[in-house]
Amino acid sequence: MEWFDALVQGVLLGGMYAQYALGMALMFGVMRIVNISHGDLVILLSLIGISIATAWGLGPLPVLIVLVPLAVLMGWVLQKAVLNRVVGSDPLPSLIATFGLSIALQNLMLQIWSANSRSLPGHGIESQSIEIGGIYVGLLPLIVLAVATGLTGGLDLTLKRTRFGRALRAASADVEAAAMTGINPRAVYAMATAAAVGILGFAAVFQALRSTVAPADGPAQLIYAFEAVIIGGMGTVWGAFVGSMVLGISQAIGFRIDPGFGVLAGHIVFLVVLATRPQGLFGKALS
Amino acid sequence: MTAVLSTHGLLARYGDFQALYGVDIELHQGEAVALIGANGAGKSTLLRSIMGLLPVGREMVLLHGEPVGGTATDRMVQKGVAIVPEGRRLFTGMSVEDNLRVAIDQAARMGAKGGWTLPRLHQLFPILKEKARTQVQSLSGGQQQMVAIGRALLCQPRVLLCDEISLGLAPKVIREIYAALPEIRATGTAMIVVEQDVGLARTATDRLYCMLEGRVTLTGRSAEITREQIGKAYFGAGHGVV
Repeated sequence: MEWFDALVQGVLLGGMYAQYALGMALMFGVMRIVNISHGDLVILLSLIGISIATAWGLGPLPVLIVLVPLAVLMGWVLQKAVLNRVVGSDPLPSLIATFGLSIALQNLMLQIWSANSRSLPGHGIESQSIEIGGIYVGLLPLIVLAVATGLTGGLDLTLKRTRFGRALRAASADVEAAAMTGINPRAVYAMATAAAVGILGFAAVFQALRSTVAPADGPAQLIYAFEAVIIGGMGTVWGAFVGSMVLGISQAIGFRIDPGFGVLAGHIVFLVVLATRPQGLFGKALS
Repeated sequence: MTAVLSTHGLLARYGDFQALYGVDIELHQGEAVALIGANGAGKSTLLRSIMGLLPVGREMVLLHGEPVGGTATDRMVQKGVAIVPEGRRLFTGMSVEDNLRVAIDQAARMGAKGGWTLPRLHQLFPILKEKARTQVQSLSGGQQQMVAIGRALLCQPRVLLCDEISLGLAPKVIREIYAALPEIRATGTAMIVVEQDVGLARTATDRLYCMLEGRVTLTGRSAEITREQIGKAYFGAGHGVV
């Protein structure tokens, strides 16, 4: 029962990681950009959300409704102003640019919000739980998991069924051929990053509700997103979701073995996958 | 009569390597023109330059008299120029239908008008209907080529550039693909066809340009040019008969 409980907790934790990982999988899949500032964007959005909540006295849901469009806009501007200048067949320029952006964002956040940890008041939602078959499950983690599943399914359907999704997949497969078909790659990229950062708007609210956030927390979130994407297989949406579950379960079981071992257990599983199946669980082997 | 598409002293380079030295070609309404020449003569470079895939001077490419050299590739498509690229360049991991839908989507977005629809394309290449749900990478070379041509047609082009559409295909398949060209021309679309097979190029087109080392060395009506003339233009001075 104790281990089953760990499994449940792991899946719920995986729901949080999936919200980080989706945007990263999307950006990597479409543009081959590994966005080093991914975690910092979550924290920035969290802090903005907390400030909005405090200033206007808003609950979590209104904050989410304000924050997600703001995140979409931020992603669009980020691509237009920065990433479109560095995207290309060489992954290094975008890596350096986002690394620089990460440092700049952390310092900007320190300047505005100081190094203190803050969290978003959830008006009791963060401490409620419901009983399912003898196990008490937190309401908030359950919402996080449901939202993560919804976002994954929604993104997957968008990619498969919509004009935007087909353009994204075409640009991902062969950007020059996509342009030959009338696609403006930079416009498609801007929309991809807008979607990726928009998803981080959800992650930011839930991160600030379930835990505290401080300006220096970004890199840890980046690592979890990165590990989940690698475990699942770079560039696949459901792969990122399953990778997040594997990471969450590994950490939860690790925590159960020893409280100091949790995060390390996740890293070990990540390294084992990287060593034995570098294309990830859902990735296709390079031929 | 002004040309639909023309190049004027077109220069193109890959880094330090100059690939085209002042190329002048013209394409008229509804016309099919062949571009022949040895490997490395600059045929594909010429098509890529027209498509905005290489930086060229604005005045070097005219479309309906308007200078368009160096225009972004997607804007060229919007202006009615489409390309069937060398190596087909299909979107792997996507079905035949999704590959074609990408072009339909963009044509709709840009408000491009033309007669090409999915059913019409299925009439031209019935196999594309049968294989609609198949991933493009599991098609045969000929079928992939049909998808590539179909994708370009669904961009509703007034000018179609075909780069080595017979390369690596069996003779029977090549005949099948070339049999579709007259129907494409019948819609008023002008074509430039890059072709290695000189005989095929001559029968499928009205005029031809022969290129050698980045220059046009011969031009004339496909039916009237002699093999000797082509041999000289193809291999340069000092070579006689093919």
